[in-house]
Amino acid sequence: MSEHIIPSKIYYAIWIGLMILTVVTAAVSFVDLGPFNTIVALLIATFKALLVVLFFMHVKYTSEKLTKMVIVSSLFWLLLLLFLSLADYSTRYGHS
Amino acid sequence: MATAAVTAERENYLNKEYGIRSWLLTTDHKRIALLYLASITFFFFIGGFFALLIRLELLTPAGDLVQADTYNKLFSMHGQVMIFFFLIPSIPAVLGNFLVPLMIGAKDLAFPRINLLSWYLYITAGLVYLHCIVMGGVDTGWTFYTPFSTAFSNTKVIEAGIAIFIAGFSSILTGLNFVVTIHRMRAPGMTWSRLPLFIWAHYATSIIQLLGTPVLAITLLLVVFERAFHLGIFDPTRGGDPLLFQHLFWFYSHPAVYIMILPSMGVVTEIIPCFARKRVFGYSAVALSSIAIAVFGFLVWAHHMFVAGISLYSAMIFSILSYMVAIPSAIKVFNWTATLYKGSISFSTPMLYAFGFIGLFTMGGLTGLFLAALGIDVHVTDTYFVVAHFHYIMVGGAVMGYLGGMHFWWPKISGRMYPEGWGRLAALIVFLGFNLTFFPQFVLGYLGMPRRYWQYPPEFQVLNVLSTAGSTILAVGYVLPMVYFLWSMRYGKIAPDNPWNAAGLEWKTTSPPPTFNFEEEPVVTWEAYNYDQLPEPQEVSLER
Amino acid sequence: MSDSPIAVEQHEHRPELRHHFATVEQQRDSATLGMWLFLGTEIMFFGGMFCAYLIYRIWYYNEFAAGSRSLDIYLGTTNTIVLICSSLTVALSVRAAQLGKRGLVIILLILTLIFGLAFLGIKGVEWYDKYKEHHIPGSSFDAGDLVREYPQLHIDQSHEQIYFSLYFAMTGLHALHMIIGVGIFVYLLYHTWKGLYTPAYNTPIEIGGLYWHFVDIIWIYLFPLLYLIDRKPLR
Repeated sequence: MSEHIIPSKIYYAIWIGLMILTVVTAAVSFVDLGPFNTIVALLIATFKALLVVLFFMHVKYTSEKLTKMVIVSSLFWLLLLLFLSLADYSTRYGHS
Repeated sequence: MATAAVTAERENYLNKEYGIRSWLLTTDHKRIALLYLASITFFFFIGGFFALLIRLELLTPAGDLVQADTYNKLFSMHGQVMIFFFLIPSIPAVLGNFLVPLMIGAKDLAFPRINLLSWYLYITAGLVYLHCIVMGGVDTGWTFYTPFSTAFSNTKVIEAGIAIFIAGFSSILTGLNFVVTIHRMRAPGMTWSRLPLFIWAHYATSIIQLLGTPVLAITLLLVVFERAFHLGIFDPTRGGDPLLFQHLFWFYSHPAVYIMILPSMGVVTEIIPCFARKRVFGYSAVALSSIAIAVFGFLVWAHHMFVAGISLYSAMIFSILSYMVAIPSAIKVFNWTATLYKGSISFSTPMLYAFGFIGLFTMGGLTGLFLAALGIDVHVTDTYFVVAHFHYIMVGGAVMGYLGGMHFWWPKISGRMYPEGWGRLAALIVFLGFNLTFFPQFVLGYLGMPRRYWQYPPEFQVLNVLSTAGSTILAVGYVLPMVYFLWSMRYGKIAPDNPWNAAGLEWKTTSPPPTFNFEEEPVVTWEAYNYDQLPEPQEVSLER
Repeated sequence: MSDSPIAVEQHEHRPELRHHFATVEQQRDSATLGMWLFLGTEIMFFGGMFCAYLIYRIWYYNEFAAGSRSLDIYLGTTNTIVLICSSLTVALSVRAAQLGKRGLVIILLILTLIFGLAFLGIKGVEWYDKYKEHHIPGSSFDAGDLVREYPQLHIDQSHEQIYFSLYFAMTGLHALHMIIGVGIFVYLLYHTWKGLYTPAYNTPIEIGGLYWHFVDIIWIYLFPLLYLIDRKPLR
């Protein structure tokens, strides 16, 4: 793997971004967006996670496709667990 | 024969160092494989002992050998020991550990110390489980269903859960080691399409181990917490859902059966071309079907829950998916058959086990399709039909593959030949004993005999007696190889480097191999299974 | 490749190169792949609890909302910021190691440890608060305060206990991973101080960093899922 030495100001920029997003997500939770509160919260969290993965964990700078495969596969498997379970729960009678 | 005599004196991984410390602190993947061999054989006996007690109780309709509570413990612990302490590690931790580096031309696995850690985790788990047995055992069924396991059982559920949790980490680390090794440590020229299909099978197995086992781990942890702190996550009287446990449990435990069968399929795919003297038919299909089994295997888990209370809609989805997962397995059976076609077949011991595997796995697999049909499942679920189905795959399939592999690679592992006559005899005894034990169980299940019951109506007795008789024959068939393998280490014929004239890098080094596997790093310039280029072996001799 | 001139030379001059690897590149690529695969297993490990959380949040939304409100959002936000700062110091320490700045690495690792311990300390405070409020699941669990505070939510106490069971299981498992992370970084600090790491060899810091970032990402999800379920003004 190539030794990409990322300039430290990129790390600081990502750090600032993460801090801002943290404050935003906390503040937004007090605003009534109806069902969108959850979606917004998860979107912000996912964006924060992406910043950490791509920059702090160097995935943006790696030429190793296998790393991205591992990440995508693991997330996909987690979603499999969540959504196939939901296939049962969302189609039962009684509980909504 | 003169060269063979010299081979036995040469330094190899067995005679390089002596003493217990050189074994308990080894990082040599081949020695670790033998450490695992001893340990899993020990647990095989424990699990087999429970099985014998079960079959003895079932000789008579009345519950007269043990009490009902004891019987519950017997089948629970038989299942847990056999699955977690024998089947899951068996081929990967013994044959996989030994052969993966050899087959790809590497000196060792990527992480030798983690390999040793994996064994120590297994031993720790085994000791905790043994302690659990001694302190009264567990009676929840191997499946730990809630709320019985969390709120009602009076047995050592927490201990059993912790033991299996630890064993799970052993399994995860083995899988991790294999994936990194196969990606990073292949010898020059060993491209993905030249890999033995045994390697593809272990790669697929390792993916399942990595992605599935952690879910079992967290589920068992939640059961332990619930039982210890009276939480209510799985307690229906307090808003919990017992089915949530089942979803999480089976998310791992269904793919787990593919952990148990894929390596065995890999073994069979090595044996058949060798004793048919032909290249594997459809290399890519077999390789990709291994990956397909690993992936599809994660999509079908709720077929264990058809009558548990899941919605009909999701039951239909899982039923369709369960039919789909049979397809890659069927592809393998077609490919093995096509490999045999017009081959020059010799009925050596490994080949007998491979034949047994194909027939019995096919029966087990097809009966799985019966169970995947919702209408049929309503009638035969939780009966002996299911018991027969999974034993056909796990014992008729996985264990026969394991034994076939042990015989095939025994010369490489030990430097000695096992006695071929006894090998063939034992294989036949296993085959006959197995079928006598488990075929009657298909009939029993169809007739309605429930599983996990300690007594049964008298009209089922004849079939049960047949089954028990079969189990004693099966036991003889299992003990025989243990005896003659041990015997061969002292008195067996010295093995040449390649007694079968088989293809594969492991046969290009000495039997047994040196500690670092190859005198010189191999450079691969040929395709896999190049049997058209290899000389015919001598007739596999029957002399002792 | 093991017998190639590069490999032979590396085995002679690179003490960190283990015998079964041909080159340091192979060793490093294996180590990082191994760590990424391990993190994949951790996603599934936490994932089981996320699945339980998902189901019960759908079933018992009101109880989850009430439980979420009873958590201190200021402590939670602070802790999130603390972890983000620690991820910064970790990323900077990997960079400093790549540049061979041993002193800077040591400072950054110490800062990371301080942030990590601060996180654990704040978590301890939060848990103690839960203990005082009788929100720890078990025999002394009592969510009567939430029942009284949010009558419009019609809270069922056993469902509320499920929320708190998941809260403690998830934050507890996360905290355990933090403690292990602290241990790993103490180890890395010690070896850095001993001068073991160079621009040519700093793989342990790199993969230790991957682990730490992963634990941060878990918290990035736990924070909104546990603390921010529903803080809208109540009608």
